[in-house]
Amino acid sequence: MLGLSRKTKVSTGASLPVIVGIAAACIFLLVGCLVSNIFAQQTVAGLAQGAIFASLALALVLIYRATEVINFAQGELAMATTYIAYQLTLWHVSYWLAFFLTLVISFVLGAVVYGVLIRPVQHRSVIALVIVTVGLFILIDGLVTWKWGADLKFMPAPFGNNVYHAGGVSFSRQDIGVLLVSILSVILLWVLFQFTKLGLAMRAAALRPAAAALVGIRVDWMLAIGWGLAAVLGAVAGLMTEPSQFLQPTMMQAILLYAFAAAVLGGLESPAGSVVGGLAIGVFLNLIGQYVGYATSELRLPIAFAVLLVVLLLKPTGLFGRRQVRRV
Amino acid sequence: MAALLELADVDARYGPIQALHGVTLSVEEGEIAAVLGANGAGKTTTLRAISGTVRRDGTLRFAGRALHGGPDATARHGIAHVPEGRGTFAELSVWENLRLGAYSRRASKEDFARVQRYFPWIESRRSQQAGTLSGGEQQMLALARAFMQRPRLLLLDEPSLGLAPLLVTEIFRIIRELNEQEGLTVLVVEQNAHIALQLAQTAYVLEVGRVALAGPSAEVQQHESIRRSYLGY
Amino acid sequence: MSRGLVTRLGVIAVAAGIVIVLGFRLSDYHLGLGARIAIYFIAILGLNILTGYTGQISIGHGAFMAIGGYTTALMSYYHHTDLLLTLPLALAVCFVCGLAVGIPALRLSGVYLALATFALAVSIPQLPLKWSKWTGGSNGIRTFTSPGNNWLYRVCWICAGIAFVAAWLLLRGRTGRAFRSIRDSELAAASSGVSLPIYKTLAFGVSAAFAGVAGSLFVLVTNGYAQPNEFGVLLSLQLLIGAAVAGLGSLYGTIVGALFIGLLPQISTSVPLIGSGHGQDVVFGLIVILVMILLPNGVAGLLGAIDSRFKSAIKSDPTTS
Repeated sequence: MLGLSRKTKVSTGASLPVIVGIAAACIFLLVGCLVSNIFAQQTVAGLAQGAIFASLALALVLIYRATEVINFAQGELAMATTYIAYQLTLWHVSYWLAFFLTLVISFVLGAVVYGVLIRPVQHRSVIALVIVTVGLFILIDGLVTWKWGADLKFMPAPFGNNVYHAGGVSFSRQDIGVLLVSILSVILLWVLFQFTKLGLAMRAAALRPAAAALVGIRVDWMLAIGWGLAAVLGAVAGLMTEPSQFLQPTMMQAILLYAFAAAVLGGLESPAGSVVGGLAIGVFLNLIGQYVGYATSELRLPIAFAVLLVVLLLKPTGLFGRRQVRRV
Repeated sequence: MAALLELADVDARYGPIQALHGVTLSVEEGEIAAVLGANGAGKTTTLRAISGTVRRDGTLRFAGRALHGGPDATARHGIAHVPEGRGTFAELSVWENLRLGAYSRRASKEDFARVQRYFPWIESRRSQQAGTLSGGEQQMLALARAFMQRPRLLLLDEPSLGLAPLLVTEIFRIIRELNEQEGLTVLVVEQNAHIALQLAQTAYVLEVGRVALAGPSAEVQQHESIRRSYLGY
Repeated sequence: MSRGLVTRLGVIAVAAGIVIVLGFRLSDYHLGLGARIAIYFIAILGLNILTGYTGQISIGHGAFMAIGGYTTALMSYYHHTDLLLTLPLALAVCFVCGLAVGIPALRLSGVYLALATFALAVSIPQLPLKWSKWTGGSNGIRTFTSPGNNWLYRVCWICAGIAFVAAWLLLRGRTGRAFRSIRDSELAAASSGVSLPIYKTLAFGVSAAFAGVAGSLFVLVTNGYAQPNEFGVLLSLQLLIGAAVAGLGSLYGTIVGALFIGLLPQISTSVPLIGSGHGQDVVFGLIVILVMILLPNGVAGLLGAIDSRFKSAIKSDPTTS
């Protein structure tokens, strides 16, 4: 690949104060972890949860960048694909084979959703797009409940229930596994976008569809692939959620909401931002829950959304967003 | 021998408004042809009709085959279209813009080397964001990207738009070089009739969506009305 | 009076007649359903003022309904306030809340406004859970008295009538023109002297006030219980769907939107194709998507298109000239 032969400059779009702030937060976390065992445990658990938020947030950002749609059905798509994996394990497919088969199925599903439902309304108002994804939300929810029922379902745990001890701190193998899988999928995606011809074409199609078509890119295909990849990320998020929550049709609803908050925190247009935003929100919620007595579990969602509102009002482009030169 | 590009009786419309009325023109392999005309005469629409970015009817033939399909299909057939306002990907780097030019085929080291021969400054600016280039550099980048497509036909829309006279001369020099040394066929739309007629072998003058005058540049240049309305002498 | 106005008044009179006649004919259960439709009507009317006429998207109107509903429930539970008196109170509280939301919302538009209002829809119903000491937590809180369906049907439709007239008066005048000009182009509106901050905030306030009244009545039709679940995200989404199906920016379409979200779940439960109770979501979701894809301007837009085609057919017909 020609692009690989040269050093490619990676710009995150974060301004200096933001980078300093993030660095300070990291140092704070590190010091906290060294001082207190409970703090360290909560931080790792928060990172694992945050990694799931980050995957789904990244899916939202991918779709927003490609088609300027906020996909309210992203979480439900993820939930549905997790049920597909569940069905596969019922048929005695091994966990990891089911995992990868599910990713393939989600890709197709995402691309088909784009082609059949989104493309016809793509150039209409924000409201029309929002409502179509809301309709999809309700539809998927209904289909899954109809097929598999609303009760809890169980799947074999991918990472087992072991706990590691390191210097008085215990980490569950589960959390570490979730963190690794989520981060790995994000990295793979980043490599795809930054270093391959397909990724470059997808970025071009999202940024300037008309100009992309003029160099021979099939823009519709690229957008469909974008939706497919987003669905794959969602499926990863769903499969990583399952071990801690079990399967039920509502499993991704709260997570989608946290992912919204994460995506806005990072800047709706910034993939790197959505990952940092997801991790930050996961850790923040866990630590607040641990140390601030007033912030009981009922306040988790309101707190996440207070973050979202504050970011929207103070810095609508998010931590990592640059001022957009919008095409008119 | 049949021409490389032939348009016969081509109409084009934007919604209810018809912009082209039966345009007929042809471009020979290896030549530079120019389309001239006032604002709103249909120059840009002619290029859009060829690349398929606007709804069109009529006969369009390229290298002996009928042209149909959208702009992406046209590009894969070997027609590069540099639109008005350049159509560079401002958010991507210079290098990525070039790679996109070679999207529909496998680019080799040689291709990049050839681009650098005509646009030597590009090498030192490769990781710069395209949007931060000057207007002239962006126009050259658009040309370079189109050249990376290794097209059989290059459609250029107002390459002189918004550029200082010195840069305009420079750009037209490069276009001529590409034509003479690489055998690149060019169809250029230009407001600046003077420089376009110097460059082109054949010229078409459009008026309200119709071809009002066509012929070798030298003849068109001598035409009374052209001299008065476009050349100003 | 113009011909258009006469037809419209005729349509309204017929609709009012149907509502009154149904009031005497329906069974107790269906009266409750009818009252619900009136409530959706009021809420969608409010949302339509904001989203359809002023162009500001809101996915958070369930939150305003929750505020209105809890106002009624709390006043009735703790102070035994007459239920009818709590309605203007809910209206006032929500008007103020709407203004309070409208001011920060001035800085947002498009998807960002959608997300911010969505945040409201999610967060507000969580708050009663936090303050469960006063609000009864997830069990909810019940009004001191709870009226029967007959009473509810009448009160709800009277409120709906008042709301319709109020919206009509508001939108036909100066304020309505200002709203519409903001929707069509904020830049053009501002440059022709329309104060964006004042009118956008006002639209939020008015819209929230409508939702507040609807929420207050909503508590009454759910046996007087104000429960967080009843005001969940789904309610906000339903209102937006109703407004879109009705056709944004059409007062008359609002009734179609209200019928749509009020009746469709009932009807689709009995669709034999799927059978079980969960079939309703499948059908509801499918129809929402189909309506959005096939009818870009909602039912009102469809009727408008048929109407204009009909008129142009008359015009081009030589025998009528």
